[in-house]
Amino acid sequence: MRTLAISSILGLVAFSSLAFASEDQIELKQGPGREAVMANCVMCHSLDMIQINSPFLKRGQWEATVNKMRKVMGAPISDDDTAKIVAYLSKYYGID
Amino acid sequence: MKNRRTFLKHSGLAVVGAGLFAPTKLLSAAGLASGTLAASGLEALPGKKPLIKRSYRPVNYETPVDYFDDVITPNDRFFVRWHLTNVPEIAVADWKLKIGGESAERPFELTMEQLKKDFPAVELIAVCQCSGNRRGLSDPHVAGVEWGYGAMGNARWKGARLKDVLAKAGIKPDAVEITFDGAEGPALDKTPDFVKSLPLWKAVDDNVLIAYEMNGEPLPHLNGGPARIVVPGWTATYWMKKIVAINAVAKPLQGFWMNPAYRVPKGMFPTGERFTSQEKDNVATTPITEMVVNSLITNIKDGQRFSAGVPVVVKGMAWDAGYGINLVEVSTDGGRTWQDAVLDRDHGRFSFRLWQFSFQPSQPGTHVVMAKASNRQGATQTLELIFNPAGYQNNVVQRIAIQVA
Repeated sequence: MRTLAISSILGLVAFSSLAFASEDQIELKQGPGREAVMANCVMCHSLDMIQINSPFLKRGQWEATVNKMRKVMGAPISDDDTAKIVAYLSKYYGID
Repeated sequence: MKNRRTFLKHSGLAVVGAGLFAPTKLLSAAGLASGTLAASGLEALPGKKPLIKRSYRPVNYETPVDYFDDVITPNDRFFVRWHLTNVPEIAVADWKLKIGGESAERPFELTMEQLKKDFPAVELIAVCQCSGNRRGLSDPHVAGVEWGYGAMGNARWKGARLKDVLAKAGIKPDAVEITFDGAEGPALDKTPDFVKSLPLWKAVDDNVLIAYEMNGEPLPHLNGGPARIVVPGWTATYWMKKIVAINAVAKPLQGFWMNPAYRVPKGMFPTGERFTSQEKDNVATTPITEMVVNSLITNIKDGQRFSAGVPVVVKGMAWDAGYGINLVEVSTDGGRTWQDAVLDRDHGRFSFRLWQFSFQPSQPGTHVVMAKASNRQGATQTLELIFNPAGYQNNVVQRIAIQVA
């Protein structure tokens, strides 16, 4: 259900307050591109989605995943940030 | 010390011995990825016992295997799975369900009070299992929520029959599918909303419910309260949580969550019930529908130690899409020989069926314990993974290596 009603936003906050506290503790590996990941990916999901999907995706698979987030899920990630994110994920959370 | 060394030597030999008789593929079966293990831990959500956290947002937590010690999975142990960021908590008094769509004669709205009062209540026990349960064990690993064994549970659901509610709306002859929308919503406008459909014939099955109670309590928020759809036998992708709109439609539902999501290659998992209005000749996939026959060993762990000459009791459960489990076989020698386990009471064809098996290991060393369920159709579990890109329908027979000293 797509809704911008106040009640749903309040619901989100109430529901997520506990989860968010823990979500903030997630530490991604240091490296070039980390900032781009943190700036773009957390709009829709916590960063542990990256951690649990590692290390087994090849560069092409990470690229496909980021492109899915842009084209299918509608994430407004710039071409520049996409390149940084793919490079970071494949280097620090990939296998080649 | 001497004893320990002797033990290690023997167990090493036993492993080699088992390797001679077992297909090598089975011995190299992948566990969860190292990143999955490192990021997952036991954490308690409100109203829940500590569950295995896979992701904070969307909220995805699974049930630890050792919580499955009875046929019913208590609400506070039941796994939690959402697709999108926004999961609003809705007070029962504020909840309304809209029934409509172009193929409904008389669209109407229901409150919880009306749902309970105007339609006969039905109770049934059914397994709710995520399509991607065990995805994390796929070899090679595939992207997604990296579930182990616990993205499932068995509960007593109480609610109104969907077909009774649809009858009140009056379904036109041109209806093909019934669509379901829950209150869960995306963070971004452009993200596809999680909407699913069932073929009309399945939606009007006697066992399909709009459930408002789970194990005798109001349906918990994290498991889809105030009300959710229950589709016994089919994977949980159809069990829409926080249901707020049901529509009868004359054309197959489109959208990401129907295609390409939640699909398996055609013919890979033959099932009795297919969702043919979602199939196309030029598309190689079909929607996942029924759960495959499966079982889980719940009371022993890999590497657990036992004493020679002392009985070992292996416990677990088995389930399928509702055809009925009629056999569980256990092997204690890595699959060379199999014996029948004792099936516990039948709680209905959609329920977990508990079973147990006792044996007395006489030889020290490694013993590989396996369990394999079959149903009344003669379908059984696979010894080797049937790989598919989304990691669905994993019913590979487990191999648990215990140490006997």
